[in-house]
Amino acid sequence: MDFLTWGRNPWGQRILTHISWDLFWAALFAGLIFLVAHASYMILSSNRKRGKTETDALEAANKDLPALITRHSFMARAFHWVMAFSMFALLFTAFLPIVGIRFAWVEWHWMAGLLLTASIIYHIIHATFFMDFWSIWIGPKDIPDFRAEMAAELSGSDEGPKTGKYPLGNRLYHLALVVVGLSVSISGMVMMSRVRQPIFERNPYIMADTTWGLTYVLHGACGIALVGLVLAHVYFALRPEKFWITKSMLFGTITRRQYLEHHDPRRWNVKGSKPVGR
Amino acid sequence: MAVIRDMMPMFELFQPTSIADALALLDQHGAEAWVLGGGMDSFDWLKDRTKRPSVVVDLSQIAELRGITEVNGGLEIGATTTLTEVVHHPVVKAKFSLLAEAAETVASPQIRNQATLAGNVSQDTRCWYYRSGWSCYRAGGNICYADTPTAINREHAILQQDRCVAVSPSDTAPALIALDAEFVITSTSGQRVVKAEDYFLGPQIDIMHMTVLRPGELLTTIRIPATMADAQFYWEKVRDRNVWDFPLVNVAAAMKVSGNTISAVRLAVGAVAARPLRLTAVEALVAGKPRTEETASAAGELAVDGATALRYNAYKIPLMRNLVKRAIRGHAAAATT
Repeated sequence: MDFLTWGRNPWGQRILTHISWDLFWAALFAGLIFLVAHASYMILSSNRKRGKTETDALEAANKDLPALITRHSFMARAFHWVMAFSMFALLFTAFLPIVGIRFAWVEWHWMAGLLLTASIIYHIIHATFFMDFWSIWIGPKDIPDFRAEMAAELSGSDEGPKTGKYPLGNRLYHLALVVVGLSVSISGMVMMSRVRQPIFERNPYIMADTTWGLTYVLHGACGIALVGLVLAHVYFALRPEKFWITKSMLFGTITRRQYLEHHDPRRWNVKGSKPVGR
Repeated sequence: MAVIRDMMPMFELFQPTSIADALALLDQHGAEAWVLGGGMDSFDWLKDRTKRPSVVVDLSQIAELRGITEVNGGLEIGATTTLTEVVHHPVVKAKFSLLAEAAETVASPQIRNQATLAGNVSQDTRCWYYRSGWSCYRAGGNICYADTPTAINREHAILQQDRCVAVSPSDTAPALIALDAEFVITSTSGQRVVKAEDYFLGPQIDIMHMTVLRPGELLTTIRIPATMADAQFYWEKVRDRNVWDFPLVNVAAAMKVSGNTISAVRLAVGAVAARPLRLTAVEALVAGKPRTEETASAAGELAVDGATALRYNAYKIPLMRNLVKRAIRGHAAAATT
């Protein structure tokens, strides 16, 4: 299996053209293997559940909390679903032709790409000025949490650490998506100069062949990474023990019990202030 | 530029004598197998060493792929029937002269003696950037060298430019579309029949292939129904020289006229896009209308709606407009212009 494809330009130079599409199948296979492995692990460790008594006690002690706590504001949810729609449109228009389903995909692809880029720009502004910006990022402060989480997993304990608004896995996923999403979006915008579209003038000569090759490789590699990331995201969103988070992305809120069961009120304080949505 | 050599790269040659054997070979070797009809397209690729198949399946020994048969007032033409045979066949000349005229304008007599009908419709584009072996979109790369600010693209597309601007070079394809032909595609898993206009693919659908043929499949028969037999036909091909040249634009029309009213028409043009285009909007416009200069002008204008010129091919827009106009107007009027 090749990782890259090469060609020859009119000057006889060997040039990169794009990644090998064999990698798409490799990414799909690896993603599916991960899902099967994770699902098997979850079945085998299904006995490890946090005791109800602790949550009952916490709920009794926190009756002053609202019954429903806002986890994601309407605007945050709108961004999420617009981004999800554009992401699926991008993946389907990119990869269906590669698996042999032929249709006119280019126009749909760049239109979905523009929608994704617009939603990313909106999200950056919204997250920077209207949300708790730092709550989604990881840093050295997460190392103890990571250790505790690993120790809980390895020891078979049912007492993993409680998190702030976003669990560590959630934040790591966001980080991966930031890197891959921005790369695919920026490279895609540059690549639009090679196709006919009404936004700006087509000019295939804005970069040298080698730079173009690297741009196509970056775009393709990010696209393939997104296959795995989106597969994992959909899988976790549909897992029964995570479904309360998915529901909150649909309806905006979680229950008081869910809040107390999964979150550390010291790290995500919703008392005495208007809940901050995301 | 590609270096043209006379010595072809080595390959394993198979010369099956039946369709079943040919299909078995294609099935066995998949994408590695190269189908050789008359060789008029193949030998360019092989001698330029741009394509290096490990296996070549030569169809010339398969008798069942050759010949023209009358069926229910229409015709069934075997894939490897030569263009000369098509041109001189009495029924083709009598009832479907559009195809005979189109076939007769292909290249030169020597080439027509060797070239096959299926080969003519299935041939690859003649874009020299692509055929030079550079990594353009059509060759699996990420650029169209013919669509850059400095490209030499006088012969390239004015319609359906989607990254690649190569054109279909076939003369018989527009004629077969106008005659409502069907292409029979056979593989080891069975047969499928596609309309002539659906046999060809534009770059927006598949940038690396010009037809719907997939590895392991063979175009075995071209069927022409009786629908347009004895209709009024119009064929015109404009090229740089009168023999041995590909079309700059060609047009094929089959028309039924009652009195002076166009009751049914099928119209197709070639060499303006990566696939021969059936002009359904023009057909709808002129159906039921009198066959007049006015109708023809309106048809010509509509035909080039959305056409975009590249650096050197702006001339193709008025050329296509006028050819469509003349096709609708018909021979008598064309003779006076």
